[in-house]
Amino acid sequence: MSAPTAVLFDTPGPKARRRTLAGSVVAGLVLLVLLVLVVVRLADRGQLDAELWNPLVNPTDEDFPVVWQRIGDGLRVTLLGAGLAVAASLVIGLVLASLRLSLGRVARTPLVGVMELLRGLPVIVTILYTDILLRAVGAHRGPLLSLVIALTLYNCVIIAEITRAGVQSLPKGQVEAGLAVGLTRGQVMRFVQLPQAVRAMLPALISQLVVILKDTALASIVLTGIQDLGKIADQLSGALDNTLQTYFVIGLIYIVMNLALEQIAKLVQRRMSGAGRSKADVPVDEGVRVTGGQNV
Amino acid sequence: MSVVTENLDLWWGGFLRSLGIALWGAVGSLAWGTVLAVFRISPVPVLRGFGAFYVTWLRNTPLAIVLFTMAFGIPALGINVSFYAFGVTGLVLYTSAFVCEAVRSGISTVPTGQAEAARSIGLTFAQTLGLVVMPQALRAVVPPVGNVIIAMIKNSAVVGAIGVGGDLFSAYNRLTSAQGYAALPAITGMAVGFLVLTLSAAGLLALFERRTVIAR
Repeated sequence: MSAPTAVLFDTPGPKARRRTLAGSVVAGLVLLVLLVLVVVRLADRGQLDAELWNPLVNPTDEDFPVVWQRIGDGLRVTLLGAGLAVAASLVIGLVLASLRLSLGRVARTPLVGVMELLRGLPVIVTILYTDILLRAVGAHRGPLLSLVIALTLYNCVIIAEITRAGVQSLPKGQVEAGLAVGLTRGQVMRFVQLPQAVRAMLPALISQLVVILKDTALASIVLTGIQDLGKIADQLSGALDNTLQTYFVIGLIYIVMNLALEQIAKLVQRRMSGAGRSKADVPVDEGVRVTGGQNV
Repeated sequence: MSVVTENLDLWWGGFLRSLGIALWGAVGSLAWGTVLAVFRISPVPVLRGFGAFYVTWLRNTPLAIVLFTMAFGIPALGINVSFYAFGVTGLVLYTSAFVCEAVRSGISTVPTGQAEAARSIGLTFAQTLGLVVMPQALRAVVPPVGNVIIAMIKNSAVVGAIGVGGDLFSAYNRLTSAQGYAALPAITGMAVGFLVLTLSAAGLLALFERRTVIAR
């Protein structure tokens, strides 16, 4: 259990243990009854019938290979879109962060204004807007590119903000030491501030990757002709006439991918903290506080 | 910009509907998210497990998938309510997972000594949480939860996009597909509508933060 929880109640004595056990039993029973009710209802409605699940889970079903081939295709589009958007957002985000930090107040204002606008727009609106705008100027190169550009526009701002928070949390002595040994402002940013900030904000940055991966699914709602995992789910559920089952399986695929990303984040974080890095590292809680809730 | 000026009624109605989705979503996800957070720190292992499972599940599923499952899957169970109710419920179920995590991180900012002091004068878990930790945690929780709520307002556009009807997104859809207005000015109108919602929410949050902030 995490530390804050452990202090909220005493190490339970015999009486408290009995109460906890009773609470567990009652809560467990309530959850179990709810679960049984749902399962019974599903069975009543024929939602657990083999013919609805087989194309998805039974390798001997005649539709199974086609279904999973389609899912694989969709997965490839989703991962490609997310990967390109991640790479572009990281590069542009770092540039934006250093620009915003090094520009003067006047030069910074329009930049900050545009960033605030991009951050205030719902991603789904940004995706559709980008697509329409690209068509209007005759630069439309397929829905996937629209999606990548839109996701980059939104996420590079978020990544810039995460990085900026990281840079600003560094002790002042870092910059001063850099300047004292004769580096220019730009060099201090590149060789002293950004490396430390990025390392400190790595958990937040990686959890932003989860967001990008999830947001690719929005394209299937507003862009025509994209063949990402979300769209495949839509098409499969229509063809197989099993909405609940298809979305359940596709949802699981997303969950597995995101949990894998989360594990990588944890691994990276442990490596970083285990190696006795500089004291300038932002504690995890600080990172959570600075970026809290962005990854919704 | 005739698409905006000629159809002010439609846009205004859509704006109000989007505001409604956002408000219901905020109320619902704050309530359910706080309950989940209490589950996750309670001494009862079953509740802790349920909370952790719920948060992991909903947090890692794209909102679009959650909404489609609600809108098309739940009717297969024989539960039929309006699309609007499905949309808002889906939004609440999804957002509450993030509210739960934000509240939990707020609770962890309360110094250990506070809970220890409460325990040492004999308060129970409920009293420690309700009288000592929560009043302080709720203040610390304002910024992260506020960010979650702002993100939720943006996500309410997704609820509109899958076809709740009557909100800003469907105003856009109606004007462009049925009435043949050009797409670019119409979507600019919609974008402005959403910006008004999110930026004013951000402004309110900043005001509220300044009032609730405590020096430690």
